[in-house]
Amino acid sequence: MELNAQKRGSRLSVQLSGELDHHSAEQTRIMLDTLLRDVTVHELVLDLSGMTFMDSAGIGVILGRFRKISMRGGRMVVKGMNASVDRLFQMSGIYAIVERQ
Amino acid sequence: MHNEMEVRFLSLSGNEALARAIAVSFAAQMNPGIEELSDIRTAVSEAVTNAIIHGYDQNTDRVVTLQMETEKDVLTVIVRDEGCGIGDIDLARKPFYTSKPELERSGMGFSVMEAFMDSVDVRSELGHGTTVTMRKRIRHAD
Repeated sequence: MELNAQKRGSRLSVQLSGELDHHSAEQTRIMLDTLLRDVTVHELVLDLSGMTFMDSAGIGVILGRFRKISMRGGRMVVKGMNASVDRLFQMSGIYAIVERQ
Repeated sequence: MHNEMEVRFLSLSGNEALARAIAVSFAAQMNPGIEELSDIRTAVSEAVTNAIIHGYDQNTDRVVTLQMETEKDVLTVIVRDEGCGIGDIDLARKPFYTSKPELERSGMGFSVMEAFMDSVDVRSELGHGTTVTMRKRIRHAD
């Protein structure tokens, strides 16, 4: 899993590339949480266009970060889902709470 | 077409990707669509991850077995561990239920398998292990 982050004002945009499964989940979680230590971040945008695989472990990582950013009154946006990630998000109901762009 | 295969690998999380790659290569012989292949890849990943996290509680020196079979247009995938077993299978299959919330798991593993495969059968015995059998009809199978 590779992360590319860019901050503009209170918006943190992170581009994720690679596979997000149980194996890579912990490393991804640590990297995202390190970025979220910056308390001025109030909007987290996850660009998933470089994701080649995701399973329910990825949903756990995304929901965990959503909780973090919501607790400080911020919001989270996901974008760039390919067809299989989109189906996973739809069946897990993630779009009901996380904004989609 | 009839075909069978079986692989055994250690319960290392890095082997989740290996299991997906093997499963997809085997299923590809049935000439499935891209979406069907993606369904199989994800379902196998969920079952193998469950075996590693729950069956073996992340011990890395145990063995997970992935068995696959094709019979005409039906693909059967069997993922087996000889780990702790599941006490309450109905509860384990409930969407959003996880026995390990501290790991930030979504509790969606079985739901994903059920959504992406035609049938999911779970047999488990406490202290002896769990066998997950999934079937999927491949629409454009040769």
